Amino acid sequence: MNQTLRIGSGAAWWGDRVEPAALNAEHGALDYLCFETMAEATVSAAQVRLRRDSSFAGYDTYLDERMRAVLPACMRHGTRIISNQGWINPTGAAERIVQLLRDAGQHGVRVAAVCGSLITDRVLELADRVLENGAPVRSLAPDLISAEVYLGAEPIVAALRAGAQIVVTGRVADPSIFLAPMMHGFGWDPLDHERVGAGSAIGHLLECGAQVTGGYFCDPGFKELPEPWNFAFPIAEVQSDGTAVITKVAGSGGGVTLQTVKEQMLYEVHDPANYLTPDVVVDFTQARLEQIGPDRVRVTGLTGKPRTPTLKVTIGCAEGFIGEDMFFYAGPGALRRAQWARKILQERFRIVQLQAEELRIDFLGLNAIHGAATPADAVEPYEVAVRVAARTKTRAEAAKVGREVDGMAVSGIAHTGKRVPHQERWREVIGLWSALVPREAVPAHICYFES
Amino acid sequence: MKVQLQHLAHARSGDKGDIANIAVFAYEPEFYPLLKAQLTAERFKAFYQGAITGQVLRYEVDNLDALNFVCHGALGGGVSRSLCLDNYGKALSAAVLGFEVALPEAWFDKLRGRHLLTRQERP
Repeated sequence: MNQTLRIGSGAAWWGDRVEPAALNAEHGALDYLCFETMAEATVSAAQVRLRRDSSFAGYDTYLDERMRAVLPACMRHGTRIISNQGWINPTGAAERIVQLLRDAGQHGVRVAAVCGSLITDRVLELADRVLENGAPVRSLAPDLISAEVYLGAEPIVAALRAGAQIVVTGRVADPSIFLAPMMHGFGWDPLDHERVGAGSAIGHLLECGAQVTGGYFCDPGFKELPEPWNFAFPIAEVQSDGTAVITKVAGSGGGVTLQTVKEQMLYEVHDPANYLTPDVVVDFTQARLEQIGPDRVRVTGLTGKPRTPTLKVTIGCAEGFIGEDMFFYAGPGALRRAQWARKILQERFRIVQLQAEELRIDFLGLNAIHGAATPADAVEPYEVAVRVAARTKTRAEAAKVGREVDGMAVSGIAHTGKRVPHQERWREVIGLWSALVPREAVPAHICYFES
Repeated sequence: MKVQLQHLAHARSGDKGDIANIAVFAYEPEFYPLLKAQLTAERFKAFYQGAITGQVLRYEVDNLDALNFVCHGALGGGVSRSLCLDNYGKALSAAVLGFEVALPEAWFDKLRGRHLLTRQERP
């Protein structure tokens, strides 16, 4: 089989822009449009929201917006859609997509939901040790909120083979969403680790959307790209041998260059020779990049090693609360006043006996981002925001942060600026832990629907 | 001459749990051996002072003229627990651009952002 598969990105995360997905659907001449909408913490946050609000549907809150933006063009062009927007309710998401298809007059479209990643009820039996600290997984039992396995590409391939035009999943590893159409289209054996490794690496280049087409890249004066307000999401033209050209729709902003592709290649990767996914162990160390035209980078030499016998599970636990607020100084002596305000707050927290696991008082504009690594600066900033944040076991302790910042309004020092507290200044902390489970203990199952 | 790393290399950071990876890419292949020699894991960790609490592993990615620093204990316990304003550590990669690199004066014309070199940095 020598045809080229055109696979496009529709989202890199839940909050991503929608227009570039619509652009890819309309002008990308795509075989597949793939949406990645789940960060590490997304599922646990969804579980917490569901506990508070039983009407929460449990899937991407932008599902309607995203699908409405791309469905007409995808149906017109025969582009198949693969998406992990199902979060903790893939069948609910599939049913909603069916409804949206019917609303758009699209009948007889097959939609598949890939389920099986949620193992909250079984994780204590299936997983042994917490990867981060070696503690028994059972020790997490009292605080356990949710556990989801990162599934691989195979159930998506099965759904495509069964004729699904749209496949929506729960938690699936990001590159797997893009690998599945390659495995299906080229008939790659799931155990062909060289091809599957190459396909996963291409998926890794696409999974962060605009990060390979110019997003998170421009640095004025050093590296610049045209129209950074108008980034497109990437498209890969993939060959059956596992090579690809990374490109984007003509006329959009940004660029696909050796530099943008290199940066994305190592993004969130630890050992570049051993990048673990559910499908394969990817090896980037033999990759070769070639700029073969404007916004066209050819990637060859991608490969992989046999997959591991285990799958990674993310375990979300209730770990308490974070209280957070800020106030401001400006003008001559802004930093000096901020330092005094910090001293006052430290004394106040002692008086109200704040019980915090961790406390930070940062000076925005100075040390809030790089912390202890901030170089000593001789120039005093004109403006300083004092940001206070504490991690606590109880909500009442977290609420003390906002209460003490309120006190700074009239009981602080001169020229203290403060916002009206319009919103809750605490949030729940879902601690995330990882563990491994045997691959065969987590079978996926697929439900089919038709519009 | 000595200049900030930003004139020789670009960088990107990503997160995974409490581990940040900060990749550094030479703008020109000939800069890469110099980065390899000067930007060691030890110096990298020292440069980030207390911001990285655990070990730093350095991977040499020769085919990309890149060094990948995997920094344990850099994200305040991970995105959901972190009290840092930048929970994901996405802005962490900018700090290393201020690392000071010694290089031959003959390379001046190849540096990026030459108009932004400070008076002290100019040969």
